[in-house]
Amino acid sequence: MSAATGYSFAYLDEQTKRMIRRAILKAIAVPGYQVPFASREMPMPYGWGTGGVQVTASIIGPDDVLKVIDQGSDDTTNAVSIRKFFARTAGVATTTKTREATVIQTRHRIPEAKLGEHQILVYQVPIPEPLRFLEPRETETRRLHALADYGLMHVKLYEDIARHGHIATTYAYPAEVAGRYVMDPSPIPKFDNPKMDMCEALQLFGAGREKRIYAVPPCTRVRSLDFEDHPFTVQSFREPCALCAATGVYLDEVVLDDRGGRMFVCSDTDFCEERRADGHRGHLLGEAPAAIAGEAGDA
Amino acid sequence: MAGNALARAPLAAGFADPVRDSQAVFRAVMTALARPALPQPLAVALGPPAPLTPELAAVALALADHEAPLWLDGPLASVSAVADFLRFHTGAPIVTDPAGAAFALVADAAALPPFDAFAQGTQDYPDRSTTVVAAVERLAQGRGLAFEGPGIRQRAALDAAPVPADLAQRLARNRALFPRGVDLVLVAPGRIAGLPRSLTPVGEP
Repeated sequence: MSAATGYSFAYLDEQTKRMIRRAILKAIAVPGYQVPFASREMPMPYGWGTGGVQVTASIIGPDDVLKVIDQGSDDTTNAVSIRKFFARTAGVATTTKTREATVIQTRHRIPEAKLGEHQILVYQVPIPEPLRFLEPRETETRRLHALADYGLMHVKLYEDIARHGHIATTYAYPAEVAGRYVMDPSPIPKFDNPKMDMCEALQLFGAGREKRIYAVPPCTRVRSLDFEDHPFTVQSFREPCALCAATGVYLDEVVLDDRGGRMFVCSDTDFCEERRADGHRGHLLGEAPAAIAGEAGDA
Repeated sequence: MAGNALARAPLAAGFADPVRDSQAVFRAVMTALARPALPQPLAVALGPPAPLTPELAAVALALADHEAPLWLDGPLASVSAVADFLRFHTGAPIVTDPAGAAFALVADAAALPPFDAFAQGTQDYPDRSTTVVAAVERLAQGRGLAFEGPGIRQRAALDAAPVPADLAQRLARNRALFPRGVDLVLVAPGRIAGLPRSLTPVGEP
């Protein structure tokens, strides 16, 4: 208990942390397998990252530097409140810079910058079971994982092709970990799936409501499911980021007015800000106020 | 009765700062299992009763509790002060059946029991398995058992001694059971290395 805040370090009590830590160790030893854990009630509702928060609370130490992103952004409500939560209960340093962070908690994105081996990426996961919408019974999905029987998922992808002419799954795209378990990578765009493959950072996934933890160790093969004649591809964008002119990154569409005006900007705000600070200029940057043009001190 | 209790040596102290120390030890164990066969630093300031080494004690204190029973190998079980120390500081039950343990502590790694003595989980719940923590004298990179698998970029070699002569074969059989199997953690003075069940031994480097 910290006298200054009245909270246990990182909010959770020690017994809960030990329970979660043991689950994390099993998750790392069996990559992609969903380890059940006794998820606690957190001071935030389910769906706001209670799984990710419990994983972060169990691994974080006083020397860690925490970054939290929500859809790539450091400054949305979810990211800001979780960052404040740990700054207050654990007293850890926080940052918005991907490079400076040792623990990055994320909702639905993987940062554009390549992650290093000193970093841990913690995903907030709503539905950890990739087969759940195909087979609602937990007893059955558990048995399918035990037998490595993923035919159902291939049928689903095949039906996409039969109906749409291509695999129409664009987020939470199923991936096979280390040649064995198929996992739901959380609702990241499929654009981010290749970043999980042979990633230098340890990746931990926490699902609070569904009470599951799973992991992808560093330098582990993560293969997005596909077919020989319909290979896995990622989204591509016709134009570069309107603020920093980056290409080959994931862009968000922003509606500008009620006359069909729109712009595409980097979903990863830190990546975009760094590029603007380096002097890259998108075609709409000149018209942007200084505060979002990366010129203001607190941007 | 009271005089008898008083005559015993006083109980050795646990972590000086239980919250920070258990977090630091857990991170070392986690990093060791996430980057297998690569020794990680493990700084411990504990003075547990011999033959319990400070590193074995640190892993037990950081991770065992009333939900995670401990099993002790022969040399550890023969010294009652070891069980007293672990019971007091962790509250974990100490079981005699290795298959009932969440963590098995092994002081004599050369006499490591066969892996099938421990819980190996089930095909449906491979997480219900024992993590075996064994103390060795030497733990270094290179010139020993070579491994491939998740967490290793290409190949990693670990020089650990003393270990059973047939450790590579045992680990290969353990890998064949995947996703079932036990996870092995080796500790030496100031170091820790993980050999999770996901590893494949590949002979000499």
